[in-house]
Amino acid sequence: MSINYLGLSSINGPLITLEGVKDASYNEMVEFMIKNGSERRLGRIIQISEDKVVAQVFEGTEGMSLVNTHTKLSGRPLEIHLSRELLGRTFNGVGEPIDNLGPVVSDKVADVNGLPLNPTTRVYPRNYINTGISAIDGLTTLIRGQKLPIFSGDGLPHDRLAAQIVSQANLGEGSEEESFGIVFCAMGLKYDVAEFFRKTFEESGVADRVSMILNLANDPVVERLTAPKVALTIAEYLAFEQDMNILVILTDMTSYAEALREVSSSMGEIPSRKGYPGYLYSELACIYERAGIVSGSKGSVTQLPILTMPNDDITHPIPDLTGYITEGQIVLSREMHDRSQYPPVSILPSLSRLMKDGIGAQYTREDHQDVANQLFAAYAKVQDARSLASVIGEEELSEQDRNYIRFGKEFEEKFICQGDDENRNITQTLDIGWDLLRTLPREELDRIDTKILDKYYEVKED
Amino acid sequence: MENTEKIYGINGPVIYIKGKTSLSMGEMVFVGNSRLVGEVILLTADMTTIQVYEETTGLRPGDPVYGSGQPIYVTLGPGILNNIFDGIERPLASIAKESGMYIGRGVTVPSLDTEKKWPVKMKIQEGQFVAGGEILAETQETESITHRSLIPPKVSGRVIYAAPDGEYTVEETIAKVKTRNGDEVEIKLAQRWPIRVPRPYGNRFVSSRPLVTGQRILDTLFPIAKGGTAAIPGGFGTGKTMNQHQIAKWADADIIIYIGCGERGNEMTEVLEDFSKLVDPKTGNTMMNRTCLIANVSNMPVAAREASIYTGITLAEYYRDMGYHVAVMADSTSRWAEALRELSGRLEEMPAEEGFPAYLASRLSGFYERAGYIQALCGEEGSVSIIGAVSPQGGDFSEPVTQNTKRFVRCFWGLDRALAYARHFPAINWLNSYSEYVNDLAPWYAQNVSRRFVTYRNRLVTILNDESSLMEIVKLIGSDVLPDDQKLILEIARVIRVGFLQQNAFHPVDTCVPLDKQYRMMKTILFLYDKCKALIAAGIPVSIIRKEDIFEKVCNMKFDVGNDEPEKFDTYLELIDKFYGKVLKEQGKTNVD
Repeated sequence: MSINYLGLSSINGPLITLEGVKDASYNEMVEFMIKNGSERRLGRIIQISEDKVVAQVFEGTEGMSLVNTHTKLSGRPLEIHLSRELLGRTFNGVGEPIDNLGPVVSDKVADVNGLPLNPTTRVYPRNYINTGISAIDGLTTLIRGQKLPIFSGDGLPHDRLAAQIVSQANLGEGSEEESFGIVFCAMGLKYDVAEFFRKTFEESGVADRVSMILNLANDPVVERLTAPKVALTIAEYLAFEQDMNILVILTDMTSYAEALREVSSSMGEIPSRKGYPGYLYSELACIYERAGIVSGSKGSVTQLPILTMPNDDITHPIPDLTGYITEGQIVLSREMHDRSQYPPVSILPSLSRLMKDGIGAQYTREDHQDVANQLFAAYAKVQDARSLASVIGEEELSEQDRNYIRFGKEFEEKFICQGDDENRNITQTLDIGWDLLRTLPREELDRIDTKILDKYYEVKED
Repeated sequence: MENTEKIYGINGPVIYIKGKTSLSMGEMVFVGNSRLVGEVILLTADMTTIQVYEETTGLRPGDPVYGSGQPIYVTLGPGILNNIFDGIERPLASIAKESGMYIGRGVTVPSLDTEKKWPVKMKIQEGQFVAGGEILAETQETESITHRSLIPPKVSGRVIYAAPDGEYTVEETIAKVKTRNGDEVEIKLAQRWPIRVPRPYGNRFVSSRPLVTGQRILDTLFPIAKGGTAAIPGGFGTGKTMNQHQIAKWADADIIIYIGCGERGNEMTEVLEDFSKLVDPKTGNTMMNRTCLIANVSNMPVAAREASIYTGITLAEYYRDMGYHVAVMADSTSRWAEALRELSGRLEEMPAEEGFPAYLASRLSGFYERAGYIQALCGEEGSVSIIGAVSPQGGDFSEPVTQNTKRFVRCFWGLDRALAYARHFPAINWLNSYSEYVNDLAPWYAQNVSRRFVTYRNRLVTILNDESSLMEIVKLIGSDVLPDDQKLILEIARVIRVGFLQQNAFHPVDTCVPLDKQYRMMKTILFLYDKCKALIAAGIPVSIIRKEDIFEKVCNMKFDVGNDEPEKFDTYLELIDKFYGKVLKEQGKTNVD
């Protein structure tokens, strides 16, 4: 029988302090019964000094009193039950079902905090995922087992892009349909957006392969901190123990970091940059690093986190630290969005680090890397020409610069832009690339191997 | 005697013991019933503070803390190379055998394989007097490296027992030494050394030999000496890790210690997979035979991340003392600094700049000063070079870690986001990077490559700097208004940037380029420049010169000329001569030479 403690010493924001506790262990879950036992809340111990403990209350401390609260220690960290039945279900931030379909029954229980994957058991990801979007497939290729975030801003169509990736992504490529699943984790999301995703999953026929973890904008802040951990624990189980290919969508990571700051500041911790705690990097890493492929399992965890950059600032700590952990980023541009270009992918700052090993003759096509490099290099020159044009006027530009400005316009219109139901395969994408490169003089194409140029530059018209 | 204390409080990776304890500063302790490894970091009359190198979930007040009586150490001996360790030298492959695909807590595995028998050849005899640091025995550790076991630095005296040549495990005694005060010291293949104490050496020199990396922008423009220090700062996506990988692959060091400090798990897997396949051109064996990886990935415990840097440098010093040239890649020192900040925050210390502790600068300098070119106690020359990646917040070089690092390194290879966006790799900005070793190394280059090497190098730098000032004007008013000689500078600078500085890490020929080829490439480009200058002096406009395809040919010589075909450069010089004659003739001018 565990001991029931009556009363609390203090309540501050989402944190409570309790004294005279025996045998509390770090990170363990506690249960609070409030309002004469009519309501149950969960919390987690985050600091211990002898018999004094500090705990976070997940559903918030609203309505709790210092005298009438019963506290019970569980002796275990936050755990969830795991089974294949998790697909098609909806949970809250601490992994409790909220879809009225009853509890998940299983013997398999796991600590949501997870453990770091041993680098010697990882397999380096090399298999590309065809998303049907030229800007991604051609220039920032998504690889199975990668973590590739979308850096966006408020009001930009990141949700639309994520939804398009979900409905077009050919994760199971050639393999059986059953091996594909989605874990969707909403942190501080608006109701409408969550609903949009739910509808997208239904329309693309994957609803019964989606596990949703919802923490909406008005749900308790502390649960926002556990939601991604619950989501990734489910994903790891399905991928590494059930051999499924799992795509995890985490949105919005900015809300997660804000929640972390809120809790940190109510604990009176010393802030580092912009008030975020010094351990923001480690906390983000504990989320993003839970992606990959391990030897001995056919499954994979691919992460597609979405974050909105505060004030569109890519140097803000959240996108900055994220970029240092994730394997590249897809950056959306407000300028392109304002010009009604969709998807508004800003090519130059976007990057996929795993792309180099997952493309080429073996996976996509021999010319892929060269075409991508050349398009990047040419588009960088477009930016130079444009900034010069804004100073001296387009008429004064040299012929070469004018040529680049024209190229830039066509590149954005024909290559980057596409409809949100347009699904291009990799050959189409690369061929559009060549159509554009052919409009530049051959000697300008200094990033392409001479052999590839001979093969692709001149030919056609047959 | 173990001395046992009790946990009082827990806050993340930091635990407290109440009251005065007999633990000493920096002592290694084992915390809780699962014996998590920790280190004493603060002692006061009423509280002892310990940082724990593993997840503290589940610890309770009252749980035991065991003292070990010694500072946190690494085990040194054969078996370090061709291996991958975590931040406190636990072999990850053995951990995987114990706890599966995840790294479990409280896993106790010995650092070095205790069962493996190493073939040992003794180098000392009974009755002989030995001093600390002398070579005791030799073992073929990997196909490429002979491991020289050393008499521990603080031991000297008469050998009273020397085992016969044969096969021994790291834990068997192979020699006994009777010291001057009569103690008998048993010496094994495996020895311990505290990670925060630099290992002693004989003499230290200013290095006059470069660490040749095969990367043109480094070897030619900003060379690092053997025993030198360099920093590679850059925002995310600018290629810090790519550069570190390239140097680790191609540098002419004997041993590479690669520290993945708070970085991505997949990257460490990539190094492990790649290096196990790649063949070292010097020895014909795989790269892993000369490499040791320290992997403390970003979601592994933060305190062990702080220790991983010291673990790595101690291993490097150990091989240096055997007379090897060791290069340490630290990727990234910013994550290490952040670990310091995180722990400092938990201790509620007064923060200095941006929340970093005030001792950041002294810790950084202490780390970089462990590099150097030395004569070891055994008489051999060895070196430790440190190449540290820095990940400045927001790519802004004015932040504390970059600024403090800059004060203690002599090479600065600044990565540039604009270059990376334009996919100019390596994205090292030639304007804000520098190397203080250029003059130290000039005699070596003159002797081993060409006496004109440094002159040519300086000319390249001048052209690139001129280009940058001209670009200021071009940005304002376009390039058409420039006089022809200045237009030529822009044209030649483009050839240098595209044809020389850009280097394709994935191209079989271009990934590593010998110094002789680098020199001949420079020579060809400058020859082209001189000839074009003569044409312009003869009144021929740049627009005419540019029509010739010689520029593209020179740009592509890095791919078209093999690394072992230096004679091919002569055809380029002939081509340039021909182009010169042809343009003159077409323009109806006579040779002005």
